[in-house]
Amino acid sequence: MTAPGPAPRTSTARLQRLLALVPYVVSRKVAGVAETAAAFGISERELVDDLNLLWCVELRSPDPYCPIDLSYEGGEIEVSQAELMDRPLRLAVDEASALLVALRMLAEVGQAAAVPGLAEGSALSRTIAKLEAAAGEAAAPSAQVAVQVDKIVQQAVLDQLRDALARGRRVHLTYYVPGRDEATERDVDPMRLLVVEGRTYLEGWCWRAEAVRLFRLDRVLGLAVLPVAAEVPPDAEPKDLDQGLFRPSPGDLHVVIELGPHGRWVAEYYPCEEVTELGDGRLRVELRTPDSRWVRRLALRLGENGRIIAPASLDEQVRGDAAAALAQYAPQVADQGGG
Amino acid sequence: MSRRKTERLLGLVVCLLSSERYLTALQIRAAVPGYPESFEAFKRMFERDKEELRELGIPLETGSNSPLDEEAGYRIPRQAYVLPEIRLEPDEAAVLSLAAGVWRRAELAGAAAGALLKLRAAGVDAEETPQPGIEPRLQAGEAAFGPLWQAVRDRRPVAFAYRAAGRSEPQQRHLEPWGVVNRHGRWYVAGHDRDRDAVRVFRLSRIEGPVEFSGPAGSVTVPDGVDVRETVREWDTQPPPQRAAVLRVRQGAGHGIRRYATSVRPDGAGWDLVETPFSDVAWFAEHLASFGRSVVVAEPADLREAVITQLKGALA
Repeated sequence: MTAPGPAPRTSTARLQRLLALVPYVVSRKVAGVAETAAAFGISERELVDDLNLLWCVELRSPDPYCPIDLSYEGGEIEVSQAELMDRPLRLAVDEASALLVALRMLAEVGQAAAVPGLAEGSALSRTIAKLEAAAGEAAAPSAQVAVQVDKIVQQAVLDQLRDALARGRRVHLTYYVPGRDEATERDVDPMRLLVVEGRTYLEGWCWRAEAVRLFRLDRVLGLAVLPVAAEVPPDAEPKDLDQGLFRPSPGDLHVVIELGPHGRWVAEYYPCEEVTELGDGRLRVELRTPDSRWVRRLALRLGENGRIIAPASLDEQVRGDAAAALAQYAPQVADQGGG
Repeated sequence: MSRRKTERLLGLVVCLLSSERYLTALQIRAAVPGYPESFEAFKRMFERDKEELRELGIPLETGSNSPLDEEAGYRIPRQAYVLPEIRLEPDEAAVLSLAAGVWRRAELAGAAAGALLKLRAAGVDAEETPQPGIEPRLQAGEAAFGPLWQAVRDRRPVAFAYRAAGRSEPQQRHLEPWGVVNRHGRWYVAGHDRDRDAVRVFRLSRIEGPVEFSGPAGSVTVPDGVDVRETVREWDTQPPPQRAAVLRVRQGAGHGIRRYATSVRPDGAGWDLVETPFSDVAWFAEHLASFGRSVVVAEPADLREAVITQLKGALA
């Protein structure tokens, strides 16, 4: 009894659209063909085909009867008769839940960070109340899904960034890069603020990397809004976050690590290109990274629970790192040994 | 779907909406064009059509007009079919668009788009408007989300293979799911574990293979007063820092430690003495080892030993 996957788009999607089309026009009295097609995400040709289909619906008994009458002359749709179809179908549980869970997540963001527009008592709470009322019973299961957003510690940083975005200013960041355990200095032209996977990020053009970069707000050690206009290069593309936050680039180092049962978390936390079960809970992962220092730190953190298989030179470096670190304990170890 | 089938289903919806009385299958066949001549073929097609309408959320009722009617009939009560009136102010509609974008290509993206379509059909103009300056997103999550959401929604028990942290083999688990929670960007399911007879929380990324329904819809009861967010929070929350560590940290390094330090003071050329709270020796030792030669533990002794063991492990 495997759970079914998502419904095939073919059969139901068009019927859903047709049921929404008539009320869409009725609620607006008149609707433009182009604007309506855009609202439904279809071509004008598809829309005209839909309208013809609706117009053709007939019932044969007890008496032949065409329930829908409409016209779309001159690029304007008008529905003159649709008494049974003039209102949209109520929201399904999944539909009500998708919006309510997202709206409540926005409320969490508003609580985690003071964002005008998402504050309590704002449009957000009114929208939630209205949607709950309209959804009726279908709203109830949405309470069983919740998204929590981490409290933003640096409200001042967020406020400064929103100010810089609003005024189109460049910022200077002192930014902590944990992979290298480094505090870096860089000028960034802000593009947008994002909350992804529960954390808040600044996306911007980084003049040091000369590329679009994401910066976690909780890793910003210092920030100054510069008296300089931001100049995001016109070809700077926002990252396609649907592909994951961190995407490898072709020049990245290819790393193979073997993990013991206690090192399996690596496969959950980092995007791996390959994950192979080796039996007894052991795992081999392959990943790409632009920075070998990050892998060296990861290997030290893993200790006996992970081993770099390739590149071999990296494994040698990790052993060197571990030996150098251990050497600093040697006098104390010797002291203890001496009693 | 063929145009003929769309026309037939649309006709069926209009026909059933148009009658306050229950219509028998034969009355429906007479009214709605597109059904085959053969009664058997008609029955099969009609059964599938009813199923499709119900999957769309159309409230198709079965009943009879009088106790004397032997054959059941069908109707769609308009009251149950229509979306109640909803009017949104422009600022409310803007928030709604922002919300619909949260799912993007994640699991409920299609449902969010469907909802938006109906609300637009109800007269709501959910235009793209200036963002409030911050865009929340949910990432396309684990494969288990879809079936677990369905199970929670329909109150069905589930079974799945789960590999707990550090376990070498996955174990089959039986759960009455109460809710799905995203915390720190990760999805969890909370509920009553039938094998353990206790409340348990599972991380979706550790579920291996398919999630199967192990009982009928409606057979799970969420106890009164349960707040799944709290359940997951309690399960996930680390014990508060209780102990203090004294570390030697190279100047210009160890920022990840310095940020949580209670005190930092110079300690000879190139080094600082850093005091910082910690709770879990094993976790903190792994964390400290990752800084390599930039950090040396002065005390406590068990933490120092744990870091030495960790570093020796990397050398082994």
